[in-house]
This record gives sequence, structure tokens and C-alpha cells, in this order.
Amino acid sequence: MADIFWWVIFPYITVTIMILGLLYRYAFRQLTWAAPSTNFFEKKWLRIGSPLFHYGIVLAFIGHVMGMVIPMEFYQGLGISDHLYHIGAIWGGGLAGLMVVAGLIILLIRKITIDPVRIKAGFADFFTVLALLFVAGTGTYMTIIFNTTVVAYEYRETIGPWFRSLFVFMPKYELMSGVPFIFKLHVLSAFALFASIPFTKLVHIFSFPIRYPARSPQQYRSRSNYRRQG
Amino acid sequence: MRIKAQVAMVMHLDKCIGCHTCSVTCKNTWTNRPGTEYMWFNNVETRPGPGYPKRWEDTDRYKGGWELKNGKLTLRAGGPITKLANIFYNPNMAEMEDFYEPWTYDYDNLIHSPKKENLPVARPVSQITGKFIDKPEWGSNWDDDLAGGSEIVPLDPNVQKMQEHIKMEYEKTFMMYLPRICEHCLNPSCVASCPTGALYKRDEDGIVLVDHDACRGWRFCQNGCPYHKVYYNWHTHKAEKCNFCYPRTEAGLPTICSETCVGRIRYIGVVLYDADKVKEAASVKDPQDLYEAQLGCFLDPFDPEVQEKAKEAGITDAWLEAAKDSPVYKMAIKWKIALPLHPEYRTMPMVWYVPPLSPIMNHITNEDELNTDGYIPAVDQMRIPIEYLASILAADDKEVVRKVLLKLSAMRVYMRGKTVGGVDEFRQSELVKEANTSPEEIEEMARLLGIAKYDERYVIPTGRREMDDDLHYKQGTCSLEDLAPAEGENLTIGLMKVRDKL
Repeated sequence: MADIFWWVIFPYITVTIMILGLLYRYAFRQLTWAAPSTNFFEKKWLRIGSPLFHYGIVLAFIGHVMGMVIPMEFYQGLGISDHLYHIGAIWGGGLAGLMVVAGLIILLIRKITIDPVRIKAGFADFFTVLALLFVAGTGTYMTIIFNTTVVAYEYRETIGPWFRSLFVFMPKYELMSGVPFIFKLHVLSAFALFASIPFTKLVHIFSFPIRYPARSPQQYRSRSNYRRQG
Repeated sequence: MRIKAQVAMVMHLDKCIGCHTCSVTCKNTWTNRPGTEYMWFNNVETRPGPGYPKRWEDTDRYKGGWELKNGKLTLRAGGPITKLANIFYNPNMAEMEDFYEPWTYDYDNLIHSPKKENLPVARPVSQITGKFIDKPEWGSNWDDDLAGGSEIVPLDPNVQKMQEHIKMEYEKTFMMYLPRICEHCLNPSCVASCPTGALYKRDEDGIVLVDHDACRGWRFCQNGCPYHKVYYNWHTHKAEKCNFCYPRTEAGLPTICSETCVGRIRYIGVVLYDADKVKEAASVKDPQDLYEAQLGCFLDPFDPEVQEKAKEAGITDAWLEAAKDSPVYKMAIKWKIALPLHPEYRTMPMVWYVPPLSPIMNHITNEDELNTDGYIPAVDQMRIPIEYLASILAADDKEVVRKVLLKLSAMRVYMRGKTVGGVDEFRQSELVKEANTSPEEIEEMARLLGIAKYDERYVIPTGRREMDDDLHYKQGTCSLEDLAPAEGENLTIGLMKVRDKL
């Protein structure tokens, strides 16, 4: 029963909160939708912390796609042995994890010690950084330490298929019962973080300006047609 | 040919007295909210000086505007790919210390202080952190009227590149005021810098605006503008900038800075330009050709062909008439006495400046004995070095500034001659030839520069409200015959229904 709650109900609830929350905020709270930077107040520490964290997250995202979304059989088909895959995952994932954790710690210290940054940061900002630190911390711990000292856990046989099964609405929750605790903690905290996205500054993930290189440099808009163009 | 209309401004620097009325009224109108304390959509700088923000003209530091790279016009701070790679941290952005930490005073202490031997004081309080700032060290116009003198003046990037040594002794130094607003450029680099496309130039009047719903706060516009006239609101995390008081100009009224200008230095008018020529003009190789290239983009509103094409492009008669009477067209394009600010940034700025005349430095001891032609070399001896003016207004092309100053000197000589005699001598003089002018032109110029009234200085056609389809609704109508959405109905949905029925 607990398995059904944690591995079926909980993920769907959190993702639903995320999607509905994002839609609501996009439709009615557009003015608050931004990447709230403190570049203006301080840039010495931001210069190190922010790229470290963000590029780390991008790498970690790619790593999660490689481990969770792409099935194990794909790698086997390519002739990549499990051993080789794990070496890659430990080094690549470990690097990404360390970048994220180090970046977050720098950003957190900066948030606490620099006056204007601290005073302008609300509960949601601290919550976001601490939650990210928790998720990234557990992820980095299991990649670097757990995998090398306790057991090189083959999550591509359990967590991966379970994760993919969520998308086709046939969750294979039974796969998750034998997963080590630290992995469970990482997955659940990540889903909890997803639910918080619409209420924090993390919404800016969804406005990465991917169309910028393709658009014309100069933008004209007509005043009378403005409302119709949205 | 793609004709567009542009509302533009000319400032006659000779008449600026540096009173900051424009800045204050602008601030009271637009930037008196949290997050905007440090924003001055309009500011008046004392020159020579570092300006606001400090050293905004230092393009090596802030990387604003455009440059030619292998003959191609590119943003100095890098194109879209570079920008996306730098999106997590903008290395070129101006920080709070380049502006100043905004503060107010602890006025409450003046009222509620208990009875004491000494008078209570209102200590400065940061408007960002709420903490006391015991010693403010920089603020807007901290360097007003050359305050800080020989320590502050050398920070001016224009001074740093000058060959001529600037004298700082009280009797020998020079000073001028430079009021600045957003340039509403023809080739705005802030618009090109915005990853989201939230900044745009309005089709109807060329005003550059920020769509706050679309702005995501990526901050590239802030330093992408070489004039540093886009500001980052640290409270809402969105960009804000001068909007040419569009609610006023749409109603045919001048901007608040112009309306309240004590010296009446500002002129607002419409110019027509060919949008297809802009990119080519901004890409000319030699920065000193940019001024001429920009003039080449403008169209003659008296040309019947232009009028016809303009009508085809949807420009109304009212706008065409305004373009004919435009004081900006006269000063910038017809008489060529107004120059664009820093044309070398290749943004094609649309706020133009008539450079100031200044006292003649050396060789004229007795002006009564000076003959008319004596004013020709005098132009090079003015207290404000031509080299300095050329650095600000003409991409270091001294000849451009010299021509303008000659014309203004000729105007001064002729108008004085009308009262004290010497008009005939003037007609024959080398000065009138060298200045490339005529008494008729001068009379016209003197009227516009000296005594023009409100409706000659501000020739602003109204915005075209007849195209708005929700005016009934805004007026507060109830849904009469389905002409307007029902009261309380969602406006967007309601209007869609109404439009379908029409």
C-alpha cells in the first residue's frame, strides 16, 4: 500500500501540482515570471557560483536522460558494457553533482552573507536553494560514495523502467520496493521539488530563450495590433 | 522602400541650464516605486565627467552597442549564441556600485525624537537594505557642476582619449550639461540583445518599449544599450526604460521632460525614414560616415513620391503634416545643426543635440574691432574644445562639429548685426559662405531656436485611437446591441465574440 502511495500517487500528484501551477502562473501571474537575478547587487561570487551550478544542472539533466529515459538495452545494443557505463556514470555524474553542490553552496553562502541579496531573498528563495541542495546532495552522494563503497547499484533495471512507466500511465511500482533507501530519498525529494516549481523562481527553467538565435534581431510591434499578437 | 514614422527629439544644449527639472518630473512620473529608485529615465550630466552610470561611454567595459566584425554588424557583447552561453552570469552588466545605492533619510527621527540637548538628525537609510548608510559616497549627479574637479573629470572616457590637455584651473576649465533620455534608436541594440523578444520598437511611432509580461529578466539589454538607458528593476526583476511618455505623445502632448523644461531646450517632432536602409547605414565601415549614413535614411516629407508611399504604408495625413512642420526635421536634417549622440555606437540614435557655443578663449580681446570673418578662426578657439564635442557628438570628426558651430556663430553675428548694423557686411562675408547658410535660413533658425512657442517646438500628431476596437468598453458602456462585451465579462473573450458578430 505504501508502495502505491509513494511510487504511483505521490509522483502524479506532485507533477499535477507542477503543471497546473505553471499554467495558472503563466496565465494570471505573468508579471512575476522571471529569472530573478541578483547580478545587480553582487557579481564576484555569482560569477563562480551561478555558472558552476547551472552548467552542472544541465550536465546532470543530460545524465538523467541517459540513465532514466534511455533503456539499458540501448547501451547493450551499442556494445557498451555495464562496467563501462558505470565508470562513465560515476565520473560524469560525479562531476556534474559536485559542480551543482559546490555552486549551490557558494550561492547559499552568498545569499546569507551579502546584505542586499539576503534581505531581498524571501522564504521561497531559501527553500529552493536548500531543496536543490538536498536533492543534489543525495544524488551526488549515491553516485560517488554509495556506488563505489556499498554497491554499484543497477538503477537501470528498477528506477529507470519505473520512471518510464509513469509516462504511459502504467506505473510499475513493484520495481521500486527493493531500491536502496538513499535512491528512494533522492527520487521522492526530487518530485517534491517539482511540485514547488510554480511557486518559486524556478519557473525560469521553462523560459530558456531557445528561439533567440533564430529570430530577427530587430522586433517591431504595432500598437493597434498589439493585443491580438498577444 | 519601407516607410516608417519616428517621433524624435532635439535638445538645444546652449539653452540647458542644468536645473534637473526634467529629471525630477520624469522621476515623479515614472520611477518612484520600489526597485526603480536608482533609475533615471532622464538624467542631466555635467560634462566633462563620468556620467551616469559611471563611465557609461566605456564600451570596452560594458560592451554596449554594435560593432563591425569582418564587415558584419554584430552586437559588441556577442551574438545570440554567446549570449545564451553567458545567460547564467552576465559579465558586462553594470552593478549597483556603478550607479549608486539609493537612499532616503530617517525623517521619522526628526518628528519622534525625544527632547534632547542637540537637534535630531535624519540619517541616510539605504532603500535596498533598510540599513543606515553613514557616509554616502556616490549618487546621481554627485559630480554636478564639476564637483570633485580634477579627481572626477579624468574619469570621463572622452577626456581620456583627448590629445589636448584639459585645464582644471577655475578660470580656464569648461563645462556643459548633457541631458539624456533613451535614444529610441532606429537600430536599437537593446532590442537585438533581448533573448525573449520582450523589447520592441513600435511600428507607429518608433518608440522602444519593454513588454513586461514577456520580459524574463535575462538582463542583456541593460548593458546592450550603449547609452545605459535600460535599467534592471531589482524588485520586479524586469527591465524598465524611458517610454517617451507614450501616453502623453499619443494624445499629442510632449513628454513630461519637455513639458517642464525650464530652458525650453527640447523639441519634439516626427521624421519619416526608410526602414530598409537602416541596416546598411549602420554597417558603413568608417564610424565617421555614420552620421551622413543616418541622414541618408530619412525621407523628405515634401516629396510627393514619399507622401504617396507613406500613405500606402498606413501613415495618416495628420502624421504627414506633422512631418512637414517637424522641428526635428528642420534642425537635424534640413539645417544640420543637430547631431546624434555617439553615432559610433551604430544604433542610429534619434535624440539629437545642438552643440553649445561657448566663450572664445584666447585671441579676441576687443570684440568691437573684430570683423565678421574674424569669427571663422574663433570657432576653433572656443572654451569647450571642438575635440571634446566631436568625441561626444560626431565620432571624433571635428569638421562636423566645426560646421555646426560656424553656422550658430553666423546666426549670432547676423542677428546682432540686425540691431547694431553690419548686415550688409555679413552678406558679403566669408563667414556666410564658410557656414554655408543664408540670412533667410538664419532668420528661420533664430526663430525656432530662440522664440518658438509651444506648438512650434512640439509638433506631435496624436496616436491613432480610431483603430482601437474596445473604446466603447473602456468608456464604460454596457453591452448595447452587442457592440461591447457584457459588463464584467472577460475582455479578451468578450471582444472576440463581438468581433465575430460584426
